[in-house]
This record gives sequence, structure tokens and C-alpha cells, in this order.
Amino acid sequence: MEDEARVRDILLRRAIFAGLVCFFVLAGVVARVVWLQVTAHEHFTELAEKNRTRSEPIPPSRGLIYDRNGVLLADNTPSFQVELVPEQVKDMDATLALLTEILGLDEDELDRFRKALKNGRPFDSIPLKFNLSELDIARLAVERPRLPGVEVQARLTRIYPQAGLTAHAVGYVGRISEREMETIDREAYEGTSHIGKTGLERFYEDRLRGKVGSRKLEVDAHGRSLRILEETPATPGEDLHLSLDVRLQAAAEAALGDFLGAIVALDPRNGEVLAFVSRPTFDPNLFVNGIRSKDYRALMDNPDRPLFNRALSAAYPPGSTVKPMMGLAGLEYGLITPEYRMFAGPYYQLPNDDHHYRDWRKGGHGWVDLDHAIAQSCDVYFYDLAYRMGIDRLHDFALNFGLGRVTGVDLPSEVAGLVPSKDWKRATKKQAWYPGETLIAGIGQGFMLSTPLQLAQMTATLAQRGASYRPHLWRDAPPEALPVIKLSKASFWDAALGGMEHVVNADYGTAKRIKNAPYLIAGKSGTAQVFTVKQNETYNAKGLNKKLLDHAVFIAFAPVDAPRIAVAAFVEHGSSGSGVAAPMTRKVMDAWLLGETLDKNAVTLDAVTTGGRE
Amino acid sequence: MSAWREKMGSTLAGLRVDEGVLLRWLKLDPWLVFALLLLLGVGAVTVYSASHQNMSQMVNLGARIGMGLVLMLLMARIPPTVYQFWSPWLFGFGVLLLLAVELFGHVGKGAQRWLDLGFVRFQPAEILKLAVPMMAAWYLSLRALPPRPLDILMALLIIAVPMGLIMLQPDLGTAILVGAAGMFVLFLAGLSWKYIAGFVVALAGLLPLLWQFGLHDYQRQRVLTLLDPEADPLGTGYHIIQSKIAIGSGGVSGKGWLNSTQSNLDFLPEGHTDFIFAVFSEEFGLVGVVLLLLLYLFIILRGLYIAVQAPTVYGRLVAGSLSLSFFVYVFVNTGMVTGLLPVVGVPLPLVSYGGTAMVTLMAGFGMLMSIHTHRPFMAAR
Repeated sequence: MEDEARVRDILLRRAIFAGLVCFFVLAGVVARVVWLQVTAHEHFTELAEKNRTRSEPIPPSRGLIYDRNGVLLADNTPSFQVELVPEQVKDMDATLALLTEILGLDEDELDRFRKALKNGRPFDSIPLKFNLSELDIARLAVERPRLPGVEVQARLTRIYPQAGLTAHAVGYVGRISEREMETIDREAYEGTSHIGKTGLERFYEDRLRGKVGSRKLEVDAHGRSLRILEETPATPGEDLHLSLDVRLQAAAEAALGDFLGAIVALDPRNGEVLAFVSRPTFDPNLFVNGIRSKDYRALMDNPDRPLFNRALSAAYPPGSTVKPMMGLAGLEYGLITPEYRMFAGPYYQLPNDDHHYRDWRKGGHGWVDLDHAIAQSCDVYFYDLAYRMGIDRLHDFALNFGLGRVTGVDLPSEVAGLVPSKDWKRATKKQAWYPGETLIAGIGQGFMLSTPLQLAQMTATLAQRGASYRPHLWRDAPPEALPVIKLSKASFWDAALGGMEHVVNADYGTAKRIKNAPYLIAGKSGTAQVFTVKQNETYNAKGLNKKLLDHAVFIAFAPVDAPRIAVAAFVEHGSSGSGVAAPMTRKVMDAWLLGETLDKNAVTLDAVTTGGRE
Repeated sequence: MSAWREKMGSTLAGLRVDEGVLLRWLKLDPWLVFALLLLLGVGAVTVYSASHQNMSQMVNLGARIGMGLVLMLLMARIPPTVYQFWSPWLFGFGVLLLLAVELFGHVGKGAQRWLDLGFVRFQPAEILKLAVPMMAAWYLSLRALPPRPLDILMALLIIAVPMGLIMLQPDLGTAILVGAAGMFVLFLAGLSWKYIAGFVVALAGLLPLLWQFGLHDYQRQRVLTLLDPEADPLGTGYHIIQSKIAIGSGGVSGKGWLNSTQSNLDFLPEGHTDFIFAVFSEEFGLVGVVLLLLLYLFIILRGLYIAVQAPTVYGRLVAGSLSLSFFVYVFVNTGMVTGLLPVVGVPLPLVSYGGTAMVTLMAGFGMLMSIHTHRPFMAAR
């Protein structure tokens, strides 16, 4: 019995011990819970909140682009696209295989998607195919149960109703590339898949894009959104109203016909760009949702380079169109007077040099003054003037007219062209300047290069007698006046511009074939050599390959007493500035000043508006 | 006539329900009954929230609670002598069933635990939760106490065989519970502290071996996860991370009943079963946790009191072991859910939804009450 009591005692003590252990262990659990719920409470509350909520961007709608009459050049149109949310897709490979079967996806689309998938976050919706047809949508609806995480979304997509007509000015948007992804402010582009790639779409990207909004959602563990907790709406992008007139644009394009080249028309009074044509052109709609490689290759392989913006990215020799400007320089530098005459033979020779600098007219011009030299485009007169002026003075003067530097137009990828100087040649070619090169520069050849836009700007500056504005397509931007070119005597302008008037209107003018317009035109023809004729050969247009034909240039403004339009037409291999480029310029001016083509040739607003669609 | 009336009167008086008499007749312990009903109520309320107010689950839960209460009533009515007598038979039957599971068991969730009897599937391991301490107590009550080395070895064998079979299934959680229940019998029987220290040292020495050969890959992974849950936040660490978020975000006063975002939005897996403590903590906060753990402590201490009061060695050992096993349940589950212990499949006793575990526990409490309420007869013996 004593034993029994001892065992009972042991059990009692052990039970008390065990009870105490239980108490302290459970107290330990409480301590742990205190740590979780009191000490680290805020941390875990934040994590619970992060679990529970998700921020979703609301993409803004992109601003629209209109021409000066309110014709839509860039529009947003609803289109259906199929999108995948990676974290909701159970088996990505199987899903893509099934979608390929349903939608007939090609490798391009799959590649693009995989790249986006790699860069995106798992809960972001990634577009796979755009512009779904009704049939596609119906097929997807049937297969929906087998496609978790796959959704058909209605999104706004960019469309260019005028297609190729305004492609080089308006440009296009495209999907944000990997490279762009590295440079853009990602927050500003959340939910936005497109970015301006070229043209105004790129230049005014920030203005057109708008501001992204956001939406705070309550989500469950499977990523399903249950309700909206908070919403900040997006601010739509700003609309752009351009100075461009699609009717004039169409007239200019028609005037160029099948030639390659560019026509730029400015309003000299404020720098507004009225027409901006580069031919050949392309359909910007192809690029919006990723161009198919077949289409892209066709564009890239085309020897005429339709994607190349000839109006501001191509630098051509300006040819004789620089002569009025040269004349002004001669007058200003005191090298000539309006009355100064010289005898112009068939060629010009430098002292101690037997090279013949030929005039375009085989027999020479005889005695010429500045007026005749401009109107007849006498090369020898300007060889002599350039020689006496020297290249550096020529360079300084030309720069005032916007040659050799970008005009600052509101479009990307403008090139500066070139007005050579001794310094320039030493710096880039490591060579001394030869006097003969000055002569060639004096007639706008040799190293001289300028874009059609620059020529239009120079023409506008001439038209305004030295006053000019930065050319721009966005009409709501206030005109930005550039420094006015002040000459010693106002009569210098009369002399040079008089020469230009006679180019068109005098019997001895090179472009007299476009005279008799109901308004007074002042112009200047130019022919830029592509192929150098050897010393003892003659230039025979008929015998040359078309690619070797001279470029044709014509610049003009009108009406002379109150200029409202300045045009530069550059026609690749047009062979004759007066014969080919001048009539084109006349058509553009007629369209603008008479409104004839605008009304008669069915290029009415309606026709233009609907003509470009599809 | 008057005799008839007298007879009627006395019958009516007998029918007049006297709670004390009824409880005495039912052989129930009012303290334990009250605490258990409270706990079951807390469980039902929390399961309702954690199962996203799934009514069919509530019906199931009600059926299980009913089954458990009926079993408790039955077990309480059976005198401890009967248990003592049947202990070896129940133990033998349980071990046979474990072998049957090993041979023809139903595989569920990657482990072979279930025996399908056609009309019902159940886990034989549950039986051993009661049978092992009963058997150990039966054996030791026949020997001189404190146990001598040979008796200790025999007791260890009684514990090791079923434990090993359960680990083979594999079901580490239940194996630990069964092993612990057996070891508590030895402890309460007066196993000397020297041996206990020896066991602890041996266990510490065996741990690396157990790690290498005794654990399945997924079990090893769970232990590693405990040490660093962030290492694999979407895999094995996910449960623990989400559970800690749930508890931590509950704060002192909790988010309120039905307001657990972690559970309602499905971030917390197994919210109504093994991880219900996280949902409870999120909704009722630190205040709720302290009250719940106090309720558990009360039940455990009441069980230990019953053990101390028990007239026979067998009764003392079984009652003490069952109470301490209940404590292990509570600790292993809350420790796991709060991130103190590795993830092992142990439900929060009487609160978690499901399983035969609840029924077994209620049976255990019935036995505990039987040990307490049949005392007078014992003492009379």
C-alpha cells in the first residue's frame, strides 16, 4: 500500500509538472501570436492588403489628328483583340497551339507575343492577335472553356483614314518595342501598348498620349477581380489640328504623278505647312498592330524606298534654285549691283586653270545683268560671283536662309543638308578647299545639299523679304518668328525677286511655260546633276539610264505682291526643273490660290475623307 | 385507488428531471461537457466563416459533432474496468487494421491512410490514438511501478510498432501523436528522469539519421520551409506565409467574424481544416486567441485533475495520457500555423472541420469522463 501511495505521489508530481509545461508552452504560443498580431501587425496588414488589392492601369485614349478643315487624319476605332493573362493560363504551350489552330497565327505574331510574355508581369494582359474578325470571335467563344486566361478585349486601335496620302507627315504608331521599353517612362505607358514611331505621331507623342488612369481592384488568390475599390480616370490625349490641307496634299501628290520626289508648300506669312508630300508613300495602317514580315520586306526591298521621307530626310543638290539667294549675297557683299553686267560665254575659267566650267546653255548668254542671270539661270554669271565672294562668305549668307541646318519643323528625323565651308572641308575631309569647288557651290551643286523642306523654307523667306517662321504642321502652335534677314538696301530684294518673277513671266524666263496664271508667280528652276558629264562630252538626256537623269527642282511663291504660298518641288530624275517641276508647282499653287482643283477634280472633302479608308 | 394514485405520483416524481441526477446517470463531467460544447461552438462559428459559409459543410459538421457527442455519451457510460479488460484486444485489432491499410489501403493526397469498408472510409490510425495509451497503461498497471528497464522496453515496443506502421503510410503527424500518447503513459508511470534525459539525448542523436532515412522528401521540405518560408514563397512556404499574414493582420481585436480577407479571397489554403487557427486569429484577434487557448488549457488541466483523482493506476495513466495528447494536438497545430513548427497534418482539436479526428477525440473525452464518474464504484471495490 505504501508502494501504491508512492506511485500516486509520483503521478501527482508528474501531472503538476506536465500541467505547468502545458501552461508555459501555450504561453509561448500566445507570445508568438503577440509578436505576429502586435509587434509585426502593420507589416502583415500591409501584406494582406497587397494580397487583396491590385492596381490596374486605365489607358488613355490617344488624341486625334485633323487637317486644317477638320478632316480626320488619325482616328481611333474599336477593334477586337485576343489577350492572354499569363498567370491565369494553365498550360501556355497548349493554349498557344490551340489558338494557332483557331486563329491561324503566324510565327511573327507568336514571336512578338513570347517576347512580350518574357517582359511582362504575370497578371498583365498581353495581346496576341489584333483586328479579330467576327468569325474569329465566334470560334473563340466556342473554345472558351478550354482556354482559361484567354480573353477577347475591345480596344481602341489607331487608324489612318487617308492612308498613304498623309503617311510621311502624320507618321504612325506601333507596338512599343523592347528598345523603346528601356527608354520610356514605364509608368506613363502602363496599359498602353502603342507609341508614336514616326512623323507627328512620334513628335507629339507626349501631347497625343494623354495621362494614364488607374483602378484599384479587390482580387482573390486566383487573380479574379471582385470589385473596384478606387478609380482615377484616364485623361485622354490632346487632339492635334494641323495646318495641312488634305485637298492640297492630294493635289500635290497628283502633280508629282509617278515621279519620285517631294513637294512642300508653306504659308510664308506664318510658317504653316500646307502640303507635305513625299513619293512614293506607304500605308501606315500596316504598321499599327505590327507589320507582317512579308509586307515589311516588300517595303524594304522596294528600290524606290517608300518609307524614306524625301521631304525632310533626303538631302539633294539644290541646283540653280540657290541663285536668287546668291544674287542677294552678291548685292549685300557689294560684289555686284542690280545694273552690273558681265559677258557670259559658254564656259568659265579660273586663272591658271584650263578646266572649263560650262554653262547649261551651250552658246552662252552674252551680256547679262542680275535679272537676266536669274531669269535665264546663267551659270557663268554665278560662277564668277561665287568665285569673287569666296566659299566662307557664301556659307555664312546661305545659313541665314535656313540652308545647311535643320528648319526645326515639328517632325522627327529631319536632316540638316550641307552648305560647305573651308572649315567644314578641313574638318571632315582633311583637305584644303579648291577654288573650283566654290564655283560649283555657287550654282547649288557639288557639296551643297538641301532638303525639299529647306528649299520651301528658303522660298518663304525670299517671299517675305527676309522674314521667316519656323515651319510647323501643328496649327495651334503660335507662329515662331525666326531672325529677320536685314539687307543694306530694300532694293536688293526687288532685284532678286524681280529676277524670280521674270523666270516665270518674262519671254526670256526659263519657266515661261507656266506663265499666264491668274496671279503673279515668282519662281526659280533648278536642275541638279546626278551624273557628271566629262569635259569633252555633251549631256544627252535621251541616251542616259533613267536613274542617271538629272533631278528637277522648282521653287516658287505667289502672289508676288502678297505671298500666300511658297512651294518647293523636288523631282528625282525629273531631268528638267522648268519642264517637269515647274508645272507641278503651278498645279499646287492653282489648287491653293484658285481652289480650282480643290473643287473640280473631285478632290472634295467628302471624297478625300472616304477615299483613304481601308 | 389511492395506491394507484400514490404509484402514479412516485412515477411522476421519478420523471421530474433533476439535472444532477441525469448527469450522474449519464456519467458526464459537467465541467468538461461545458468546455467541450463551448469549443465545438467556437469551431462551428469559425468553420462557417472559413468555409465561405458553405451550408452543406455545416450540415456535415453538425452530423460529425452529433456523432462525436453520442460516442462520448456511450463511452462515458462504459466503466473503466471494461476498457482495461479490452485494452490488449483493441490494440491488437488496431495493429491488424494498420497492416491491412499497408496492404489494401486507399491512397489519398499522396499517402495511404484510408481503409475503405464500402459503406465508410476511415483511418485505422485513429483507433491507435486511444489504443496505444490504453495498451501501455494496461501493461504497466500489471507491473511494479516505477517501471523497470525490461518493462520500459516492453512499453517502448508497444509504442514503436504502431508508430512505425503509421509512419510508413506516411502520416508523420498522427505517428507523433500516437507516439506521444504512449510516451506520456511511461512518463506518468514514473519513468525516471535519467531515462527521460537519455531519451532526449538519444533522440537528438538520432535526428540526423531520422532526417536522412526516416523522412520523405516532402517532410524534409516542410522542415526546411519552417526555417525559411520565403525561400519558396509559391511552393511549400506558401501556407506558412499566408497563415502568418492572416494572423498578423488580425491585430489585437481582429477583423471581425466573416471578415477574414485571407480566407474569403482564398489566399489561405486549408482555411477551414488544418489552418483554421489562422482564420480564427484573423477574425477574433489576440483577444480571441488568448480566450481560446485558456479554454484549451482549462480542458487539459481538468483532464490532469481527473487523472490525479482516478482510483486505479490504469485510469490514472490513461486519463493523464489522453489529456496531454490533447495538449500536443493544440500545440502542434497552433505551433505549425504560427510558424513555430513544421507543417504536419494535425487539425486544431474540435475546431477544425473534418476528419475522424474529432470523433476519436470525443470518444477519448467520453473515456476520460467514465474514469472520473465511475470513481465511487472503484473506490467501493
